[in-house]
Amino acid sequence: MSRYRNYRKGAGAFILHILLMLLAAIFVFPVFWAFVSSLKTLGEIFIYPPKIFPEDPHWENYKTVLTGSIPFPRFMLNSLIVALGRTAGVVITSALAAYAFARLRFRGREGLFLIYVGTLVIPFQVTMIPVFVIVRNLHWVDTYLALIVPGMFSAFGTFLLRQFFLTLPRDLEEAAIIDGCSFFRIFWQIILPLSKPALASLSIFTFVGTWNEFLWPLIIINETKMKTVTLGLSIFQGLYFTEWHLVMAATIIAISVPLLLYVFLQKYFVKGIALTGLKA
Amino acid sequence: MGKLGKRETLWAWIFLLPNLIGFLVFVGIPIVAALALSLCRWDLMTPPKFIGFGNFLRLLQESLFRRVVWNTFIFTVGTVVPSLVAGLGLAMLLNRRFRGTHVYRACFYLPQILPMVAAGLIFQFLYMSDFGFINFVLSKLRLPQPNWLNDVSTAMLAIIIMSIWKSTGFNMVVYLAGLNGIPDTLYEAAQIDGAGAWQAFRFITLPLLSPTTFFALAISLIGSFQVFDQIYVMTRGGPADATRTLVYYIYETGFQYFRMGKAAAAAWILFLIVFVATILQFRYQGAWVHYEQV
Repeated sequence: MSRYRNYRKGAGAFILHILLMLLAAIFVFPVFWAFVSSLKTLGEIFIYPPKIFPEDPHWENYKTVLTGSIPFPRFMLNSLIVALGRTAGVVITSALAAYAFARLRFRGREGLFLIYVGTLVIPFQVTMIPVFVIVRNLHWVDTYLALIVPGMFSAFGTFLLRQFFLTLPRDLEEAAIIDGCSFFRIFWQIILPLSKPALASLSIFTFVGTWNEFLWPLIIINETKMKTVTLGLSIFQGLYFTEWHLVMAATIIAISVPLLLYVFLQKYFVKGIALTGLKA
Repeated sequence: MGKLGKRETLWAWIFLLPNLIGFLVFVGIPIVAALALSLCRWDLMTPPKFIGFGNFLRLLQESLFRRVVWNTFIFTVGTVVPSLVAGLGLAMLLNRRFRGTHVYRACFYLPQILPMVAAGLIFQFLYMSDFGFINFVLSKLRLPQPNWLNDVSTAMLAIIIMSIWKSTGFNMVVYLAGLNGIPDTLYEAAQIDGAGAWQAFRFITLPLLSPTTFFALAISLIGSFQVFDQIYVMTRGGPADATRTLVYYIYETGFQYFRMGKAAAAAWILFLIVFVATILQFRYQGAWVHYEQV
């Protein structure tokens, strides 16, 4: 703390706060602007000079979006199912594999782990086309399986949880092994309960990542009723591209879920980043 | 190997199996298949035809492809460097305890959690030439008001500005974690030796943060080379290819024109670029990354 003692009081602190407030306002402004615009009439969008707040808030814009010809509620439901399914899959398979990599001794462990981590440098676009072909041959096009399963086996998640498991003390496990506990019980009753923060971070990270995903749903989903929120938003823009008040209402709806998660679970968002590479 | 060892090995594979099978089907096999595919001509309908390095040769000769690689490069440099610098700056401002730090951090990190598609739409709205808020501010400041996304000379800049806004918060968080690891005693010692704030930053903070910079740079580069969503939403690669990037090109080639082999080849070139950038970073980290012996 001592290194900044000069700043904390008086004029220095005041200037710092002003500067930070200004910067924070710039960062938040686009979202704020989208929100106030979503409550305007089309006429109010095209007033010059622009007014910040609408004369009356037009909440019915949201109703128009949610009950219009594009099934937005359905998109929300699709995204929710896909994000939850993917998150459950990633967390379960990653935790199991990470435990083997962190705690169990077997021949080829280091080599296999290196291969896992090595695939992290291969961009998704390289495997995208073969995965598209595999999913097509499985007749999964336009299904939830296509949106959930291919992204379920995460080298990133395995890596992250392995790093976390390695930091856990071994005493409890050693006692459990002497007592004749099975490896699965050790994993389930000792490792997992101690890893709640890491599991929570990976879950939120995966959930929001899946919710926000765009390229994969874009190529694998054709049917409107199977589209996710991000895809839905892009077709909405295509149809209503001049009606910015509605486009902004749809945008706010699309960001509401990650936004709420962020407001309530903020610490896990940041913790996830700290877990990834900084300590590795 | 004893009995316990055998049991351990068996359990290890049981734990690995769910991940391993899926990984093989959706990552391992696709990697090999993508290699094979890049050597073929294939339109998804007729059987693939082996053409050796034809796809790669054609790509390298194609002026659009060269343009696309160049655009991707410009985007990456234009986005990564400013968002690293801004992330470090914000982290320096916030790396102390006073009222409201949490709120400020939350504000700066906010863009990071939004879907890129939504962020793209919001900025498209802000960038409108006649009624957009950005041009309104510029007109108040008596600055020129470009036709942002519709002008060849400003479209890429517009995408870059938006992407810096989106990614700075990530770098800020990474740098805050890095700053946390620098012991206060170093600054105290420097102060006793009469070092000023700038010298402390230049000779303590920056060198000790270099592993953090290395990490942030690697992650940012990999992400930036893959830019797609905001291009799709805001410009579709236009105007006149000004914002057509490598992944947008791969998407078009594969899923609009159904040239799967050529798209796979382009994707491998993307991989090569990312890979070389990463290798170069590791290769030259000795010159600037300072790992402290603890």
